[in-house]
Amino acid sequence: MSVVQNQVGTGETVDKIPNGPGAAAILAAGVGCAAVGIVTLASELSDAVGNLLNFYNPVGALSGKTTVAIIVWLIAWFVLARLWAKESVAMGTVNLVAFILLGIGFVLTFPPVWTLF
Amino acid sequence: MEITTHDLWTALHGMGFGALFMLAFTGAIVELYRMSAPGAPSLMSARERTLLNFYLWAMVVLAWLTVFSGTYIIYPWYRAVPPAGVTDLAEYPRRLLLSSGRTSQWHNVGMEWKEHVAWLAPIAITMVAYVASKYSRAIVQHGRMRVAVLVFIVAAFVSTGIAGGFGAFLNKYAPIRGGDVIILMGEGK
Repeated sequence: MSVVQNQVGTGETVDKIPNGPGAAAILAAGVGCAAVGIVTLASELSDAVGNLLNFYNPVGALSGKTTVAIIVWLIAWFVLARLWAKESVAMGTVNLVAFILLGIGFVLTFPPVWTLF
Repeated sequence: MEITTHDLWTALHGMGFGALFMLAFTGAIVELYRMSAPGAPSLMSARERTLLNFYLWAMVVLAWLTVFSGTYIIYPWYRAVPPAGVTDLAEYPRRLLLSSGRTSQWHNVGMEWKEHVAWLAPIAITMVAYVASKYSRAIVQHGRMRVAVLVFIVAAFVSTGIAGGFGAFLNKYAPIRGGDVIILMGEGK
């Protein structure tokens, strides 16, 4: 397999790799972070959801919230990585969406925000 | 000199895994910048890049150990429910904090935020380690990807800081107590 190389900077040569796999990991990380926030909020707003997420009694709903978020993150990563394995995607758009999702993760895990819903 | 198993696990979670993970951030950010900046003053050798990858994956292991030990070993002790009739809440930190209006927000805001936001860090740092390993110096061709990597590593640092900071204060106001006693040294004179 030949490796395509690209010259950058002052005479330095690096392998040319499409941005798809990296973009998939970045967007999936955003999805995972948002999933933590969304599942947390859902659990706080609904006792039924909270009870459903009680996978392990000593830990309570936190066990389900984190397990679900990790599964969502890994599935998103797997699917996006398959789709974009050899693609070059619009990285600006991927970043924007990933940062918004990351922000959702931070905001929705902050308890005072739960009272707004 | 003695320590209880609960104390030992709490120290291992906070100081052994969490603090070590936190300390590693400055090195990771500097080295990631050095590897990925187009006009970096000094280029990394192949050996240095391998070391950076090892360093980042070690951070990934520490991050996951921190959240899993916190959630599945220490958190059950924190949220333990006292048997009926128990008035001394020293071994029931959650109930101890909620028993007074002066400390209840340490649980309602501090612990509730800490236990959730902490999980953003391992997700973010795993992505950072993967991208750094996959692209190495080739990331220099993907400026926006480099920005995302740096943003996510800073986000991991912030979420760890929130979790670690609240963890330190919570352990001050309502420490995890109990467990079997481990004698480290015999009685002194």
